[in-house]
Amino acid sequence: MDEQPIAIKTLTIDGKEVGARSGDTILQVAQEHGIWIPTLCFLDGLTAYGSCRICMVELEGNNRLFPACVTKVYEGMVVIIHSPRLEHYRRVIVEMLLSERPHICSVCVSNGHCELQTMAQLLGVTSVRYPYLMRKHDVDASNHRFLHDDNRCILCGRCVRVCSEIEGAHTWAFSGRGVESRIVTDLDQPWGESESCTGCSKCVHVCPTGALIEKGRSVAEMAKRRQFLPYLTVMRKEDAE
Amino acid sequence: MARTISIDPVTRIEGHARITLQLNDDGVVDDARFHVTQFRGFEKFCEGRPFYEMPSLMARTCGICPVSHLIAGAKACDDLFAVQIPYPAQMLRRLMNLAQILQSHALNFYYLSLPDLFFGMDADPAKRNIIAVAQENPELAQDGIRLRQIGQQIIETLGGKRIHPSWVVPGGVNAPLTPEHREMILGGVPEGLAILKRALEWFHAHRDAFKPEVNTFGNFSSYYLGIVNEKGNLEHYDGNFRVMDAAGNIVVDQLDTLKYQDLIAEANEAWTYEKFPYLKELGYPDGMYRVGPLARLNIATACDTYRADEELKNFRSSTTTPAASSFHYHWARLIEMIYCLERMEQILNDPDILSTHVRAFAKPNSFNGIGVAEAPRGTLIHHYRIDENGLMTWADLVIATVHNNLAMNRAVLQVAKSFVDGKELTDGALNRVEAVIRAFDPCLSCSTHADGRRDLQVDLIDADGRLVDSTTR
Ligand code: SF4
Repeated sequence: MDEQPIAIKTLTIDGKEVGARSGDTILQVAQEHGIWIPTLCFLDGLTAYGSCRICMVELEGNNRLFPACVTKVYEGMVVIIHSPRLEHYRRVIVEMLLSERPHICSVCVSNGHCELQTMAQLLGVTSVRYPYLMRKHDVDASNHRFLHDDNRCILCGRCVRVCSEIEGAHTWAFSGRGVESRIVTDLDQPWGESESCTGCSKCVHVCPTGALIEKGRSVAEMAKRRQFLPYLTVMRKEDAE
Repeated sequence: MARTISIDPVTRIEGHARITLQLNDDGVVDDARFHVTQFRGFEKFCEGRPFYEMPSLMARTCGICPVSHLIAGAKACDDLFAVQIPYPAQMLRRLMNLAQILQSHALNFYYLSLPDLFFGMDADPAKRNIIAVAQENPELAQDGIRLRQIGQQIIETLGGKRIHPSWVVPGGVNAPLTPEHREMILGGVPEGLAILKRALEWFHAHRDAFKPEVNTFGNFSSYYLGIVNEKGNLEHYDGNFRVMDAAGNIVVDQLDTLKYQDLIAEANEAWTYEKFPYLKELGYPDGMYRVGPLARLNIATACDTYRADEELKNFRSSTTTPAASSFHYHWARLIEMIYCLERMEQILNDPDILSTHVRAFAKPNSFNGIGVAEAPRGTLIHHYRIDENGLMTWADLVIATVHNNLAMNRAVLQVAKSFVDGKELTDGALNRVEAVIRAFDPCLSCSTHADGRRDLQVDLIDADGRLVDSTTR
């Protein structure tokens, strides 16, 4: 059978000329070439989602900003990852995330292992210019092994995606809009009463922050293990074929 | 005309406070009140949070003695687990608590109190600070800095951080001691003991000069409360309550710390954010008691370490039994620092200290957890209640400084009566009022668990309730 030849595109990322397969996203190409683009909601092995907007890049000739995780490359594309405008917006995003929920790192089980915290450090966020909303969210500790703390959630949706795409349980979903948005289990029942949850803990380990955690961990002890994900994704694909 | 004198803020203490002196029609001090002007509310905002955050969260009440809160908090969580934690974990927590007491006592003695002792209570206030001490006696000041550093370094070595380490966890500690760290900590003991030998020599050479203060600095009868080990000896990590009366009789002994509510109750007054605990059986305010270094040395049969016991003998032969003057808190702190170093050495030579069995894993098995330990300033009680999922529903912290509240108010009144005459607010008199508070080494950030003000205010109020004079320092 004749295979379709893979179309190769050339583009430049921050002044560096790179080759890419057509259909690749800017983020894929950058990662293949060892070029760092900051990401938060993206996780290798899950469908790119483009919700956090941290990976926004500029494209020459266009005034709009584009999320690198879902924007496909085209021939002659000129991508700018680092510019004062982008750096400003990225910091603003992180500051907004930090101010929206009470992120008290010093007493958080994820302190020192948290992607939001690391991103803040990498982007040089040393203070938050917005007032903290300090809305109190109830903690769902009804599951005997895990705990869901909305106070630390950044709504990246990784748990929702891993639960449906990899585990196939569809336990997690979004509920509410805007500042009222939350992730919920089943039809907003306590996690401990969820009929669909298989207790696989994938959501816990893909969660970038201290929002989904294992019980029994003390402050700064919740390091997550996500190495499994790309392998699982490949295996599931093979099974399906 | 009757007046009130206010000292606001009180300086060189941990936290923010104000003193009001009420004068009668003859201009003589009639009443004195030590107001704590900050409010914090830790007990409220912990509600709904997972219990295992509590040791670290509650430790944020204080930057001076976070370790003590960590330990009392972790012990309360152990009690929620309803488990016995491994022996090496107990010893390692004890080690960190001793290091904490050492550094905190060194801070009080050298940085906060020594300037008064060194220059005298009537010296120029601008001079009464550790820098001025360093100019006149560099060795003494350097000793103080070094001794505190030894304590802080032990905390850092064990917990990875000087302030707010998260090494102490519910069920034990999260990493065992390494042989290198053991040697490092042991290495500091002889130097610390040599420093304390010099401190005692200096203290004894100057002690006589403070006779008037010994007589008037909170020199009154009270009960003394603290924990002791099973032999009745000095203990800071895990023991049972002992209470001694003013005549030296042991009136409560080996009472399980989990029963603290049978022993003490708390009263409130409208003019301060600080509560007033008292011995339940004797009522309020008759059940006034003191805690902290002085109380611990009064109630303990012995320290059970060689050098500390030698000095304790000296202490007991030179003071009343029990020692009633709060001025002796200073001496008691020196003895406790010796004990801390000696006890740390014993612990580090324990064959099990390098064991890797340092943590018990469990889920909460009880809805109610109490943790009691001796903090530098006295008995510290953390009491938590959780729901069936492990979320906090209620907390009560009884903090060392709070136990001493009745006694501190009494002491301020005694000093004010002796040194403040209603006509003139001399610096020496006001400073003595502050110094007596410093003798108790209160930690107000802890005790009100802050928003608020810096430092001490003293208000002078007349018999008609008018503010006549006020000074802020
Ligand atoms: S989730 Fe991350 S950013 Fe939020 S409090 Fe925890 S460590 Fe800090």
